[in-house]
Amino acid sequence: MSARSRELFGLIPVTLLVTAGFTAVLITRSSQINKVSITYGLFFLGCCVFAHIFIRARLPHADPYLFPLGALLAAFGLVMIYRIDTTLARQQAEWFVVGLVLFCATIVFLRDYRTLERYRYTIAAASIGLLLLPRVPGIGGATNGAYLAIHIGSLQFQPAEFAKIGIVIFLASYLRETRDVLVRGRIPRISLKHFGPLLLVWGLAMLMLIFIRDLGSSIMFFGAFLAILYVATARLSFVVGGLAMFVLGSVFFANHVPHVHERVVIWLHPFRPDLVESSSYQIAQALFAQADGGLFGRGFGQSLLQLPVGGKLVTILPAAHTDTIYAVITNELGLFGAAGVILVYLLFVARGFKTALMAHDGFSKLLAAGLAAVFALQVFVIVGGVTRVIPLTGVTLPFVSYGGSSILANFVVLALLLMISNEARRTHTERGGVV
Amino acid sequence: MNKQITHLFGVVLVLFTLLVVFTSRWTVFEAKSLQNQTANRRPLLEQLQIPRGFIYADDGTVLAKNVRSGHGPTLRYSRTYPTNELFSHTVGYSFITHGSAGLEKEYNDQLAGNANEFSSIIDELSGQKKVGNDLHTTLDPAAQKLALQLLAGRPGSVVALDPRTGAVKVMASVPNYNPNSIPSQFKRLNTDQAAPLFNRATQGGYPPGSSMKVVTAVAALDTGRYTPNSVVSGKSPKILGGVPLSNCCTEGSGNYGPLSLTEALAKSVNTVWGEVGEKLGKKVMFRYMERFGFDSKPKLDLPSDELGVSGVYGSHGQLLGPSDAIDIARVAIGQERLRVSPLQMAEVAAAVANGGKLMKPRLVDRIENPDGQTVDTRGPAEVQTVMKSSTAQQVTAMMEQVVKAGTATSAQIPGVTVAGKTGTAEVANGTSNQAWFIAFAPVPNPRVAIAVTIERTQGEGGTVAAPIAKQIIQQLLKGNG
Repeated sequence: MSARSRELFGLIPVTLLVTAGFTAVLITRSSQINKVSITYGLFFLGCCVFAHIFIRARLPHADPYLFPLGALLAAFGLVMIYRIDTTLARQQAEWFVVGLVLFCATIVFLRDYRTLERYRYTIAAASIGLLLLPRVPGIGGATNGAYLAIHIGSLQFQPAEFAKIGIVIFLASYLRETRDVLVRGRIPRISLKHFGPLLLVWGLAMLMLIFIRDLGSSIMFFGAFLAILYVATARLSFVVGGLAMFVLGSVFFANHVPHVHERVVIWLHPFRPDLVESSSYQIAQALFAQADGGLFGRGFGQSLLQLPVGGKLVTILPAAHTDTIYAVITNELGLFGAAGVILVYLLFVARGFKTALMAHDGFSKLLAAGLAAVFALQVFVIVGGVTRVIPLTGVTLPFVSYGGSSILANFVVLALLLMISNEARRTHTERGGVV
Repeated sequence: MNKQITHLFGVVLVLFTLLVVFTSRWTVFEAKSLQNQTANRRPLLEQLQIPRGFIYADDGTVLAKNVRSGHGPTLRYSRTYPTNELFSHTVGYSFITHGSAGLEKEYNDQLAGNANEFSSIIDELSGQKKVGNDLHTTLDPAAQKLALQLLAGRPGSVVALDPRTGAVKVMASVPNYNPNSIPSQFKRLNTDQAAPLFNRATQGGYPPGSSMKVVTAVAALDTGRYTPNSVVSGKSPKILGGVPLSNCCTEGSGNYGPLSLTEALAKSVNTVWGEVGEKLGKKVMFRYMERFGFDSKPKLDLPSDELGVSGVYGSHGQLLGPSDAIDIARVAIGQERLRVSPLQMAEVAAAVANGGKLMKPRLVDRIENPDGQTVDTRGPAEVQTVMKSSTAQQVTAMMEQVVKAGTATSAQIPGVTVAGKTGTAEVANGTSNQAWFIAFAPVPNPRVAIAVTIERTQGEGGTVAAPIAKQIIQQLLKGNG
């Protein structure tokens, strides 16, 4: 079976999941099967088949599993968001379509992703600019003390989602070129030339702690940097040194930046009586929601998100559609369902790394590995936040959380990975290799 | 670079495993402790989505049921009590906002359907919704209604049981409250001086007055130290516990000559029973009191904090025993610092009525699942043998005389032999009385044992409490076999 046919078959379970999920939610909601669920399923299938045909035409050799896995996550996200708020689900579905359009546009207009190397400094500058945008008065602003979003009119935009791609492209390109310098000699000489970039990115991560005040984003960026650095140089000493610097910096800021400090206190003592109804309410409620899910969960649409207080409905789990969507998933599908979702992410990341393994040139390898790593780290940061592995921060769960920026950016990640893998597998096939 | 990429994937694998480990921690290993956090409102909310079991009276009258609202995730059940204040203290209430009381609290696990750990796992696997089990009580609504009518708003209590089985038929406490008004009126009810939320039948601690003489009589005869015909001087005053005790100003009055115990019980002569108590001594008196259930919580199926302990209380609210300085002569006639609950006095009557065997008092007869299958039966159970059956027979005969020719003639029922004992304890510095009547009928095979008490009345046991007992006994004998 050709790679593309495998991809097409991979889409069948996705469509079934959407239909089944919507049906389950609708049954819980109105105790009857509604034709809406079938409509949603067919619409989603239509979009995916279109994208599939597009990939068949433009990237015939690309990895057959990446797209169905991404679609599976997006479909799952749609069902969860539909269950939380139908209006948001409609918007998310629209963003999904826009995302697919951007996905196609990336493939059509970029043609050869290697041209990105030429613009690496422009991309790096733009990315840093994007990251700082939320601090610009007028369009930026803090949510829960972190500067993660900008508002233009009624549109909300999370620049970090796109900045992460830009930074990875820059790092892949920069380290492809300088890796020879960095690995020369058995012990790297301590010189600005060697440690310049490392210091620069560390500085950037620390800057993010100060400026956007978001530990999650800074773990994501710095982690991606260390990952690419390690792949490029094979020097564990860089990673260890970098990690140590990051930890030192974080500890310093946790003690000296009030907002970061508060986040850490909440993380360590979520049930402290003076915090549990105010600042640690969100994480405490997220944990309660997970405890309520147990092994098998309460079923699609069964999670309690609102509480009747004096005749009014009060939200019991804040940011259920974004930050804490993983808690809703665990609540409704239990430990097994949540582990299943993590497994899908793992498979997606695995295909990303596989793409990196198969790529022939340094830039492609570093870019694919970097994208896969930043994707994995994003999952780790938000799921780890909701499960109290690390302090909870406001990044999205890729493809699943509500949010236009997130969907669009992740479709670009998907497009880039597919382009790299198309290139890698094409040459592989031409050489007669087994794919 | 491929080696590093593989390593990197290994790191991701470790990180993701960590996520699953932490998810397991919250969903499984620490789920119970998270559910017990006070900030966690989910368990409460979950209860709102479970149709609680109904509570029924012995004739099938629904005492507690549910009102359903919403559907799907907004589905809610709330409690409603069709008989309003009829069984307020016994059935109690259950509201998310104000907690629970009474049977609603005691049997919450059964009513909410979380009694069986195993079946709840099965339910979880099959996605089955939890449903509560129904309680079938022993309560008799007609007799209860009559009891409330007869108390007529006067603070007091009536407890009636079947002495053969311990089944509680009537448990009235006035003032009472309408459980349906708990959500809106709780604060007022909770701060009301008249304490309507307080279950006088089980929590009330009253001086028993002469009704205590039944306990003293049992101790006197069962030890073999006295017979019903033993003669004791009824002179008044008499030095007892180092202080003169007189017969004046309680029931009957004045100075008697030598009296048989039977006559002394019928006339309720304090100086006779005081002397008997003092002769028996603290040890014997306490032994018999404890056999009747004094000094420990009643075995009734209500929440422990709604049950009071009958006994002699010290100045710091502590229970006193035979080794403490107690005027046992006055304990024997229901004075001193003796505090008893109406339930305890009903059990005293029931133990004599049942040939000396005290049965465990119980409100719930059986628990049924929604399919009508009985999942648990609370059958009759003996607490202990309080006295020999011959003693019970003798004391019964003495108590018959109380009704036939003594202080409780107002409790006579044509065609039915009633055995009883009045009690009138002075309270509020002698300005008013705590009136009592304990009784059982029909002799020789009693089916009803009863205790009636009225707070701060000008009347006496024989004039205010006995007539109430009489009518409730009639009602209960009409009702059951």
